[in-house]
Amino acid sequence: MYEHDVVVVGAGGAGLRAAIAAQEEGADVAIVSKLHPVRSHTGAAEGGINAALRDADSWEDHAYDTMKGSDYLGDAPAVEALCKESPEEVIQLEHWGMPFSREEDGRVSQRPFGGLSFPRTTYAGAETGHQMLHTMYEQVVKRGITVYDEWHVMDLVVTNEEDPADRSCHGVVAYDIQRGEVDGFRANGGVILATGGMGQVFDHTTNAVANTGDGVAMAYRAGVPMEDMEFIQFHPTTLPSTGVLISEGVRGEGGILYNEKGERFMFEHGYANNDGELASRDVVSRAELTEVNEGRGIEDEYVHLDMRHLGEERILDRLENILHLAEDFEGADGLTEPMPVKPGQHYAMGGIETNEHGETVIEGLYAAGECACASVHGANRLGGNALPELIVFGKRAGHHAAGKEMGEAEIPTGRTGDWEPAEYEFEVDVGAVGDRGPAAADGGAVAADAEGLLEAEIERARERVEDLLARKGRNHAEIRSAVQETMTANVNVFREEEGLKESLADLREAREAYAEVAVSDPSRTFNTDLIHTMETRNILDIAEALAMGALARREFRGAHWRKERQERDDENWLKHTLVSWNDGEPELWYKPAILEGEAKTYEPKVRSY
Amino acid sequence: MSTQIPKQTENAEETASETETEAPSKGDERRAEKRRRADERRRQREAEEAERAAADENTVELRVFRYDPDVEGKQEPRFDTFHVPFTKGMTVLDALMYARDTYDSSLTFRHSCRQAVCGSDAMFVNGGQKLACKTQIDELEEPIRVEPLPHAEVTKDLVVDMEHFYDQMEAVEPYFQTNEYPDGELEEQRQTRENREKVKMSTRCIWCAACMSSCNIAAGDNEYLGPAAINKAYRFAMDEREGEDLKQKRLEIIEQEHGVWRCQTQFSCTEVCPKDIPLTEHIQELKREAVKNNLKFW
Repeated sequence: MYEHDVVVVGAGGAGLRAAIAAQEEGADVAIVSKLHPVRSHTGAAEGGINAALRDADSWEDHAYDTMKGSDYLGDAPAVEALCKESPEEVIQLEHWGMPFSREEDGRVSQRPFGGLSFPRTTYAGAETGHQMLHTMYEQVVKRGITVYDEWHVMDLVVTNEEDPADRSCHGVVAYDIQRGEVDGFRANGGVILATGGMGQVFDHTTNAVANTGDGVAMAYRAGVPMEDMEFIQFHPTTLPSTGVLISEGVRGEGGILYNEKGERFMFEHGYANNDGELASRDVVSRAELTEVNEGRGIEDEYVHLDMRHLGEERILDRLENILHLAEDFEGADGLTEPMPVKPGQHYAMGGIETNEHGETVIEGLYAAGECACASVHGANRLGGNALPELIVFGKRAGHHAAGKEMGEAEIPTGRTGDWEPAEYEFEVDVGAVGDRGPAAADGGAVAADAEGLLEAEIERARERVEDLLARKGRNHAEIRSAVQETMTANVNVFREEEGLKESLADLREAREAYAEVAVSDPSRTFNTDLIHTMETRNILDIAEALAMGALARREFRGAHWRKERQERDDENWLKHTLVSWNDGEPELWYKPAILEGEAKTYEPKVRSY
Repeated sequence: MSTQIPKQTENAEETASETETEAPSKGDERRAEKRRRADERRRQREAEEAERAAADENTVELRVFRYDPDVEGKQEPRFDTFHVPFTKGMTVLDALMYARDTYDSSLTFRHSCRQAVCGSDAMFVNGGQKLACKTQIDELEEPIRVEPLPHAEVTKDLVVDMEHFYDQMEAVEPYFQTNEYPDGELEEQRQTRENREKVKMSTRCIWCAACMSSCNIAAGDNEYLGPAAINKAYRFAMDEREGEDLKQKRLEIIEQEHGVWRCQTQFSCTEVCPKDIPLTEHIQELKREAVKNNLKFW
C-alpha cells in the first residue's frame, strides 16, 4: 500500500495543476494515471485559453459572456472565480515558459472566439493544449512530484454511511497495468479526481480512446451525484471520418462555413445574423445539421469550412496544426480547398457535483476539470473556457486538499437547501442488474478505520479482477459499441422523447449483457482487455445517467434541444439535474442554478448571437 | 529480428509461484482451462480468417508481432496474421483496433488520442518507425508487418518499456528556468516573434520515442541522451526568456560525454519524426553553440 497526503487521479491539465498547487501548500502529493502524463487528452486542445488580460477587457465581461453562453445554468460563484483567476493563471503558465503565440511587441497573442465580447482567447498556434500540458508536466518533473503512470484507478475508498454527506474518502484502489497487480493508495488529506472527459460514450467524438469518464463513474458509485450530464457539447467542426477536431480558432481567424449550394448559411439562413460562424458552438452545430437534414449538406453528411482567403502566411503562423490534421486525417489541403466538417461529441458540461473549491459532498473527495461540474459551463461551454477551468479549479482543489484555508463555499453540494425530487417515472429499469455480483459492485466496504477500509477495498478489487479473468462470457467491445451506437442515434444534437426512451431500453440491454462480461486475455502483463472491460462499466453508468437527465428535461436549453418543447423554460427548468446512484437505484433530483454573483445578478435574457 | 526480447525474468516466475501457493490446484486448473480456451479461440479465428480471406478480396493482411512473457504459447515471439476489411482512410491503428475488437482481444498496443498528439502509438511498420494513427494503410505494401519499436525492451506485443526514454528526457533539466521575471503584476515576459518561431518546432515533440528507436548511436550507447532529449534541451537553450546564465548551464548539460558530440549526423531521427522536427539540425546547432561558447572562454 502507498501513502501520500494528496492523491490526484489523472494527469491532464487539471490533475497536473492540482498536484503542483497541493505541493506548493506543503503536501506530499502523488499523481496516479492510467496513461503517462504527456499522453493525456489536454494535449489535443487546440484553440486557446480565455483570460481578461488587457486593459480594455474585464473579468466581469468574461463572466457575463460565460453566463450567457451557459444559457443561465452556470453557477455565478464558480463562473466569477474562473474569470477572475484565469488571467493570473495564464501569466503563471507564461512564467513557466509556455510558448504562447506573440504580438509584435512581444506580448502574448489573443484572438476572437465564439460567444466572446472581446478577443481574449490566449493561444499557442492551434496546439495550445499540447503546449500547456507539456509546460505543466515540466513543472511536475522540476518539483519531483511522484507519478504512478499506467496505473488504472478502479474505485474510491469511501466509508459507507447511509447519507453520502456523512461519508469520507481515504484513498483509491488501482491496478498496475504493467505488472498486473492491485494495490491501494491511501490519501490522508484528500483524493482529487481529474480524469477528464467521457467522449467514449458516443461513437463520433473528438475525445481520446482513454476518455471513458472513469472518475465521474467512480464518484457516482461512491455516492456523489452526477450533475447536468445531459448537457453534451457537440463541436461544430470535426472531420467527418474520424472525429478529429478542427479548432474554433479557424472561425476565430475568419474561416467561413458553406453549404452545398455555396451559401454562407449562418447568415443567409438566419441562424446567427450578428455573429455568423462565431455564434456559440451549440448554435453552429444545430445550424449545420439543419442544413444537412434539409438537403443542403454535402454528400448528405457535412458542410465546408473554408479558410483559404486567410492566406498562407496567416494560416501557417496561427493555424498550422490544422493543415496537418486535415491532411493526415481527411486528405484535405486547407490551403487550396475547403475542409469537410460536421458536429461531433466534444465536451461534457456536466460531471461530478462540486462547489467552487472543487469539494464534493464526500469529505476528502475533490474533482476538477472536465470530469467536474462546479458549474462553470451550465448548458453550453464557450470555446476557450475549458483550459482556464483546468488551471483555475485544478489549483483550487489542490490548495484545498492540502489544507489551505479558503473560506466557506457559496455553492451547496448534496441534498441541502432547495433541492427537489424529480417527478419523472422511467418506463424501463435503470441501475444495477440482478444481485449486483462482483462485476457490478459499488463502493462502501465496511471497516473500522481507514487502514482497514483500504485493505478491504484492495481485497475486493483483487477479487473483481480475478473474477473477470476467470469467468467465461461476453467481450466488452460489442457492449461498448452498442452503447455508443444508441447514444449517437438517440441522444445526439437533436433529441426527442421516443429516441431517448429507446436509448434507455438499449442501455438496459447493454447493462444486462455486461453482467455476463468476461476478459479473454489471461495475461498479468499489460492486459488492455481487462482495462477496457472495466472502463466499459464506467461508460454504461454515465450513458444511463445522461439519457435519464435528457429524457426528463423537456425544454431546449444550451446544448440540450428537445423536439417536444423547442424553447427555454425558465419557469420550470432553471435548475441543475442531479442523478444519485443510491447503491444501485439511480434517482433523479434537481437544485436551483445560482445566478447571483459578486458582480451582479445574471438575469436570464434571450440568447441570440 | 530487430527487436530485443527480454529473457523470461525471475520476477515473473516468482509471481506465478506465489499465486500458486495461495490457491494451488484451482489456479492451475483455471490456467489450464484458459489455455484450452485460448487455443480453441485461436483455431476458430484462424479458420474464420481463412474463410474471410477467400471470400473477400478487399481485405488487408497484417502480420503482427506477438509476445507475452506471462502467457504460455506467447513466450516465444511469433507473428500472427490478421485479415482486416479495408475502408477508405483506414490507418494502421484503425486496422489494429479492428483486429483486436473482432478477432483477438489480447492483441496489445498503446493508443489514445488517434490524432498524432499523445505520442502513444509509435511502432515499427514495414521496417520504419511510424505513428500508427497517422499511417494510411493504402500507402503501405502488403502484407503489412507491424512490430514494436526496435532498440527497446518489449513488454508485450507492440508495447515497449518507455522508462529509459523518459529517464533521458528528464536528464536534461527539461523545465523552464529564469532568474528574472517582470515586475508588474499580471505581466508576461516579452518574447519576440522571431524567437518564438525559432523554438516552435522543438516544442512540438510528443515524446513518441520514434527518433530514439531509429538512432544507431542510442542503440550502441545506452547513456546517450538521444535526439528527443537533446531537442528538449535545445527548446530551452534557444528560448531568449531564459537568459544568458542559464544558456551556459544548458550547454554544459548537452556537452557532457553522452551528449551532442555522440551524434554522427545520420539524419535517421529527422526522417522518422512524425512531427517533422528537424532534430539533426537542432543537434548540429547546439554543437556550434557549444563551440562558440568554448571559444569565448578560451
